[in-house]
Amino acid sequence: MSTIPTVEIKNLNKTFGTGDDAVVALDDINLSIHQGEIFGIIGLSGAGKSTLVRCINLLERPTTGSIIFEGVDITSYSDNQLRSVRQSIGMIFQGFNLLMQRNALDNVCFPLELVGMPRKEAKERARELLKTVGLSDKEKAYPAQLSGGQKQRVAIARALATKPKVLLCDEATSALDPTTTQSILALLKELNKKLGLTIIIITHEMKVIEQICNRVAIIDNSRIEEIGTVDEVFRHPKTLAAKKLIFPKGEYVEKISGDGKYLRLVFEGSSADRPIIANMVLKCGAPVSIVFANTKNIDGQIFGHMIIKLPDDAEVFRKITTYLDIENITYSEEKDYV
Amino acid sequence: MFSEGMLLLVGQGLLETLYMTIVSTVMAYVIGLPVGMLLAVTDKEGIRPSPAINRIVGGIVNVLRSVPFIILLVAVMPVTRLIAGTSIGSTATVVPLVIAAAPFVARLVESSVKEVDRGVIEASLSMGASTMEVVCKVLLPEAKPSLIVGAAIATTTILGYSAMSGFVGGGGLGNIAINYGYYRSQTDIMLVMVIILVLIVQIFQEIGNAISTKCDKRIR
Repeated sequence: MSTIPTVEIKNLNKTFGTGDDAVVALDDINLSIHQGEIFGIIGLSGAGKSTLVRCINLLERPTTGSIIFEGVDITSYSDNQLRSVRQSIGMIFQGFNLLMQRNALDNVCFPLELVGMPRKEAKERARELLKTVGLSDKEKAYPAQLSGGQKQRVAIARALATKPKVLLCDEATSALDPTTTQSILALLKELNKKLGLTIIIITHEMKVIEQICNRVAIIDNSRIEEIGTVDEVFRHPKTLAAKKLIFPKGEYVEKISGDGKYLRLVFEGSSADRPIIANMVLKCGAPVSIVFANTKNIDGQIFGHMIIKLPDDAEVFRKITTYLDIENITYSEEKDYV
Repeated sequence: MFSEGMLLLVGQGLLETLYMTIVSTVMAYVIGLPVGMLLAVTDKEGIRPSPAINRIVGGIVNVLRSVPFIILLVAVMPVTRLIAGTSIGSTATVVPLVIAAAPFVARLVESSVKEVDRGVIEASLSMGASTMEVVCKVLLPEAKPSLIVGAAIATTTILGYSAMSGFVGGGGLGNIAINYGYYRSQTDIMLVMVIILVLIVQIFQEIGNAISTKCDKRIR
């Protein structure tokens, strides 16, 4: 693994419009994404994440700051120079964006035509790629004859045709049903493992991040609020933006209200099997109520998290936290988001 | 009413009409297709926005389109004489027909090209396509069904214009309709010419629609 990041974003700003109408889409973004990583960028719609991903291959020119691809600053590249860089950066989209008048095979051939590969060779490579994404039998089918998941598979094959180093996924599963989303994510994970492909995923769905990402950046109001490994962010969400995403609205906000103290507990691995809450209630003699509980599968690891409500009593609170410390359970008191 | 001579005349008129229509349509596309593409590409939402070029070319197109064809027909006669050597007959009529139809074709092409999904264009740019490659490999092929429907509309409109040129000795069915139907008050002949024109329009339009549907891969 090389030490230079595959993609480095430095002090990136993007403003649309000028003067009074100016809208800041991205505000001082700094990110380093390493080779072989699956990096998630999550945010609610309007947070600026789509603009950010378009800045990486310079479909959108940043207002200030730089994009460094494999150690080379490509921000000031001309359109001509960019064309060859873009062949090393694949991209897939929410709307698939296939050429509707070309069949699956010819869609995959398209980027190969752009690099001037002879027709016969291009077709062979395209067939190979369609096999990789599991669509060997659909090469003659036009996009209109394919399902959403199949279209995204063709799009993935097309994005991989020129053997890119990085694959940008712009809400690539947002238009798909849950089952199809699972299969597309599994395919991306497989490609990441098999080809060592660096993948950058833009999404508004925490599930996508949990399932395949190694690291995640949370973007809110045009800024990066938090960056870390997925389990770290999940275990210790530091910012309100992170908490909002971990507890989707409605599950959390509505249920937490009123007096008392709230603790968020995170169980992982072995602690998920032990009767932690039952023992805690017995040992500390405190009635607690469970406000919210959920389990998540983060990159193959099972995490459980729970929000409990404690009586407003300092002594009970001390007992409980001591007990949790002994049991080695991650917890945090929730105040700001109540 | 239809003597052998008259039938021969109508046959010749039909050929002249088809000749004027087809030659003018082809030439109008030779000019209008690149101009329409230029308008779509330089639009502020296009792949190479250029407000100056867009406004100038768009302005010229609008001016030419706003001149009534019958006036244009007379106004460009000196140009017609210069190009065709004469201002009478079907070949001469091709000149004003092209001048009138090319801007119309340009707008038809522009609107067809603008229908191409923005996302598909973005995807091809993300793969490193140049402007020219986007035009030739994405915009034209993706807009093809719509361009064909547009071509059918253009052809039938030009057919209508060609008939109008009968007033200034333009030849074709329109000329017969005016000479016999209007100047000699032979309403039946005029009616027959109109019916023939209606039939040709129907045929062209149907052929255009059929080709468009057949080549459109968006239809399952």
